Amino acid sequence: MDILRELTQEQLKTNLVDFRPGDTIRVEVKVVEGNKERIQPFEGIVIKRCGGGITETFTVRRVSYGMGVERTFPLHSPNVDNIKVISRGKVRRAKLYYLRDRRGKAAQVKRKITPRSSTPSS
Amino acid sequence: MNKQSEIQNPKSEIQLGILGRKIGMTQLFGEDRRLIPVTVISTDPCLVVQLKDMDSDGYKAVQLGFEKQKEKSTTKSLRGHFKKANVSPMKNLREFRLDDISGYNPGQEIKADGFFKPGEYVDVTGTSKGKGFAGVIKRWGFKGGKASHGSMFHRAPGSIGSSAWPSRVYKGKRLPGRLGGKRSTIQNLEVVKIETEKNLLLVRGATPGRKGTLLIIRKAKKK
Repeated sequence: MDILRELTQEQLKTNLVDFRPGDTIRVEVKVVEGNKERIQPFEGIVIKRCGGGITETFTVRRVSYGMGVERTFPLHSPNVDNIKVISRGKVRRAKLYYLRDRRGKAAQVKRKITPRSSTPSS
Repeated sequence: MNKQSEIQNPKSEIQLGILGRKIGMTQLFGEDRRLIPVTVISTDPCLVVQLKDMDSDGYKAVQLGFEKQKEKSTTKSLRGHFKKANVSPMKNLREFRLDDISGYNPGQEIKADGFFKPGEYVDVTGTSKGKGFAGVIKRWGFKGGKASHGSMFHRAPGSIGSSAWPSRVYKGKRLPGRLGGKRSTIQNLEVVKIETEKNLLLVRGATPGRKGTLLIIRKAKKK
């Protein structure tokens, strides 16, 4: 196990923002179009974080034009340029799959902005 | 000259391989920033322990030793065998039948680094994970029946042949039985990376067996 961690150590990001399920974040993704590269933002609620080490992924859900869209990113991917926390959420579970069954304002906006004393949002 | 040695099929050219131990799987980001699934194989340098030739053994082969072992836990007869090649006792011995054994000497070190290059393809042989007594769906990929809607045929193998003729079950009929725990080879795995100091070989995709399985790694036959 140790050897596996050592091998992947150099590819791990060190300056990661702390975010949890329920937080609303903005992910800046590098997109290659032809031979140009640009940054595409994706904003939504984190519904899960999965795995550990280099395999860790997180899933962001947003509703765009009435259609639920979920994107899963490898946390340490070089394509994930930057992660910005927009607001913190207050949730009682680690996987927020129940959001998928809910619709509209009342059902979806389940998060409260509670200033977390220890972590200032970046 | 022996007749057998003269008839050589150029296609069945057997290559020397190296031995390794499966450490486990992880992922790495490649140059295109995509994740590559890799199996990490630790390869202590293999040592040539014995050369077999036509005169003494009737066939040509190179015997490789892998992983050092304490002198005291080696049997006396094996101790003598290692002493002949002037190498320390090792846990594993494996033979590779070659057409040409010139260029190898007892005691010679064979390392993953130099033997393989990143980007090359390899075949990996090992013992697969034992699955126990498995049914026909898992073992042979049969379709099975419906789970519900009144179906009474679920995972059974179904008919295994005709009745009066041939009034027996054909040999080789695919039936339930022991699955896994057998020698198997995965072909054409790409070498992703070689860690020289740690003697690690990183190969794209999965290899047979569980962590700690002894593996034989050869250059790909079909690439």
